[in-house]
Amino acid sequence: MGANTKTVSDSTFGADVLRSTKPVLVDFWAEWCGPCKMVAPVLEEIAAEHADKITVAKLNIDENPETARAYRIMSIPTMSVFSGGQVVKNIVGAKPKAAILKDLKAFL
Amino acid sequence: MTELEPSPSAVRDVVIIGSGPAGYTAAIYTARANLRPLVFEGAIDAGGALMTTTDVENFPGFSDGVMGPDLMDAMRKQAERFGAELVTDDVTAVDLISNPKVVRVGEDSYRTRTVVLATGSKWRALGLANETRLLGHGVSSCATCDGFFFRDQDIVVVGGGDSAMEEATFLTRFARSVTIVHRRDRLRASKIMQERAFQNDKIRFLWDTEVLDVLGEDTVTGLQVRNLRTGETSRLPVTGVFLAIGHDPRSQLVADQLEIDPEGYVVVAAPSTRTSVTGVFACGDVVDHTYRQAITAAGTGCAAALDAERWLAAHEVSEPSQHG
Repeated sequence: MGANTKTVSDSTFGADVLRSTKPVLVDFWAEWCGPCKMVAPVLEEIAAEHADKITVAKLNIDENPETARAYRIMSIPTMSVFSGGQVVKNIVGAKPKAAILKDLKAFL
Repeated sequence: MTELEPSPSAVRDVVIIGSGPAGYTAAIYTARANLRPLVFEGAIDAGGALMTTTDVENFPGFSDGVMGPDLMDAMRKQAERFGAELVTDDVTAVDLISNPKVVRVGEDSYRTRTVVLATGSKWRALGLANETRLLGHGVSSCATCDGFFFRDQDIVVVGGGDSAMEEATFLTRFARSVTIVHRRDRLRASKIMQERAFQNDKIRFLWDTEVLDVLGEDTVTGLQVRNLRTGETSRLPVTGVFLAIGHDPRSQLVADQLEIDPEGYVVVAAPSTRTSVTGVFACGDVVDHTYRQAITAAGTGCAAALDAERWLAAHEVSEPSQHG
């Protein structure tokens, strides 16, 4: 996985995401998803630049179908911001860095 | 249009805005002409429309077909091989009227003698509020991207062209049923694509039908449709809707500087790729609303490169810059 992002799974989701004290941006992705790969380097940069404010986590939906189903993911990439155990923001579809930062403004 | 301050760096010969078969072919030809093209292929859209298709069976030279992303990757590598500089970023503003022209990418700006526009087109939406709201929650514009999430579900593809047939056929790998909703009683699609769709047991057709609304709270639960002949409205109990009703040219960046036709396509002096501004050339789906094939885009990409090369040769004595 990337140097700045955290890999999470069905089994670690509770501890790493739901019970995190900082907001967590979860990137739902898959190996066969082209747009997911386009957005991956952008998320690495955001993770590095805003590490103090937000954690960026990656969840592979092929390997972790439970979490994907639980949050009714119907399109990838979907980037969901979790805070206090809840989804507080959904970003659907690949976007350029500036657009993602704009969506995350409230958390950074 | 506010004047953009030119950067102090050297003036390029060619900047190509966009990629896909048009942009990459223009890059190959201008690179081979030693013009060292700078290509802004797009931050997310690099590679263009073929990045979200699977098998491309009609691009000449591939008797067994070729995967869209593989074809784009090969073109890209070919451009790089001859010296094209490819940047995976979006152009945010341009000044095509000044001399030299200015291309801005966020904070950075580049001066160039010629510009080749190859920004292509974007999928068209129906324009319904609920469609926008449920995008990613049952409404999709990309079968290869999202089909995975509709396993064993009843879904709809809206459209009547080749894209609609291709998307519907692809989606039968996952879906329980695919209903093609088309507002006419015949398809625009090529015969072979029509045949495949007609022969597919999972595909059914709803003719002379238009979509009135997309239904559902958090996810799509149905589609409100109307039969255009009888006027009857009804509800389709589907959980996915894929739009395949056409594309709109990406000409927003240049619409206030170049001549654009009423539908948003960049006007060129066909068969050349010359736009209404000297030194600016356009190719591919941002110009073409008639053919829109990868091979015709590649063809006009080549023409744009040759037009740019000839323009540069004809304008070899550099004119004094207007901005000092």
